[in-house]
Amino acid sequence: MIAIYTLWLREIKKYFRSKSRIIGSLGQPILFLFALGFGLGPVFQKAGQGDYIQFLVPGIISMSILFLAIFSGISVIWDRQFGFLKETLVAPVPRWQIMLGRTLGGATVAILQGLIVFAISFLAGFRIVNPMAMPLAFVYMALIALIFTALGTAIASVLEDMHGFQLIMNFLVMPIFFLSGALFPLTNLPKILNILVRLDPLSYGVDGLRGTLEGISQFGLLTDFCVLSVVMLVFIAIGSWLFNKIQV
Amino acid sequence: MGLCCGTRLIFTHMENIIEVKNIVKKFKELTAVDDISFNVKKGEIFAFLGPNGAGKTTTIKMLTTLSEPTSGKILLNGFDPQKQQEKARESFGIVFQDPSLDEELTAYENMDMHGMLYKVKANDRKERTKQLMTFVELWDRKNDLVKHFSGGMKRRLEIARGFLHHPKILFLDEPTIGLDPQTRNHIWEYLKKMNKEEGTTVFLTTHYMEEADKVSDRIAIIDHGKIIAQGTSVELREKTKTNSLEEAFLVLTGTAIREEVPKNQAMSGRARAWRK
Repeated sequence: MIAIYTLWLREIKKYFRSKSRIIGSLGQPILFLFALGFGLGPVFQKAGQGDYIQFLVPGIISMSILFLAIFSGISVIWDRQFGFLKETLVAPVPRWQIMLGRTLGGATVAILQGLIVFAISFLAGFRIVNPMAMPLAFVYMALIALIFTALGTAIASVLEDMHGFQLIMNFLVMPIFFLSGALFPLTNLPKILNILVRLDPLSYGVDGLRGTLEGISQFGLLTDFCVLSVVMLVFIAIGSWLFNKIQV
Repeated sequence: MGLCCGTRLIFTHMENIIEVKNIVKKFKELTAVDDISFNVKKGEIFAFLGPNGAGKTTTIKMLTTLSEPTSGKILLNGFDPQKQQEKARESFGIVFQDPSLDEELTAYENMDMHGMLYKVKANDRKERTKQLMTFVELWDRKNDLVKHFSGGMKRRLEIARGFLHHPKILFLDEPTIGLDPQTRNHIWEYLKKMNKEEGTTVFLTTHYMEEADKVSDRIAIIDHGKIIAQGTSVELREKTKTNSLEEAFLVLTGTAIREEVPKNQAMSGRARAWRK
């Protein structure tokens, strides 16, 4: 178990040491929050959907967690390039523990980032509807973080270098974000979009967060929780399996 | 010893710490290691020499659990690196050909993290880290980030790290490549001293024949995946009727320039397909 802790600690240390990374990854969520929040707010209100900032914040928190989680997972590629990966691969520790430690560390960092965005959202006028549900919101944030760190690790385990990075951004991370309902309500969607939304694990994360923070949930909080938990276990299993097969 | 450790296989020759029997490693069409056998005795400094692409690194990878032999048998400190991975991994330390430090962490943190991964107790970890970092003359730089270190300093830190968990064997894959003569001399001094004081078996590869000659007790020369000669430096010189190890090496392996086997040779088919 000490190996899991060691690799978790490494991720945390590196996060707090890299101020530019913390600030850099706040740029995008803040831009989305203010530009979209205030830009589309009036239209949203006119359509009778209520306050857009209020609607948007759970989506933006999910987005910041998604991006940071995927990048944390993908850092396996950097470790491969800078050689550190080999040091962990010859350590007398089962590979799944190495993978789990990294994933927990990456997820912790992503949750911290989500909490920072959460705090900033109050500046944009966000208000919590149900403070009692806060601990539950944290559970959904953690699930999102774990799922996508594990996914990033799985992808990085089969990539040799950073050449495929753009591919992953454009054909995986962006679709996961835009199809999740982070930006739009899931009611009255065209049929195909509706199917895609339901296939996207992040949809259930956004819905869960929205359900706990706002009291509005499309799928139901229990469904969200079950889907996310199953996807998390599957992704961690796949990630461990692929990580286990890495040869250097 | 056989009594206290049930899973440990008893050697016919107890003094061998590494036993390699008929190992073969094939990558699709290429045979990188072609049926080699050798033994390394406990406490000796063993040099594994060969031109670029001869199969040295591939052999080290198989010995250190990073790669599976296509066939053949390896015993490392009595353990099979494939079937008893963790036991085998506890038995050795390794300094890879390329750096393997975390550059975003300090020198001390790199040591400490290694100790934790190898389950070295906290007290021992602290003392041993201080002792080894002082030994490689890096203790006063312990809180500096590794990315600010020179190549020679990184190498010294890796050597200190390799010894941290009291390994029975230390593998070094071209430890002095790209370093100035001062650092190279120091590194061999460290290794000889640790070998003498702690009895650590040292398994090394290098292209510097003079250095191999100076430090090693026995030498094996590999070429085209086959071991073509084994023995002490004197024996190899006598066998080839030459005056230096370098001459002996050239007589045995020829003077033609070798192409290095591309690094992605060992890439798995899945990763290769993904990349295309």
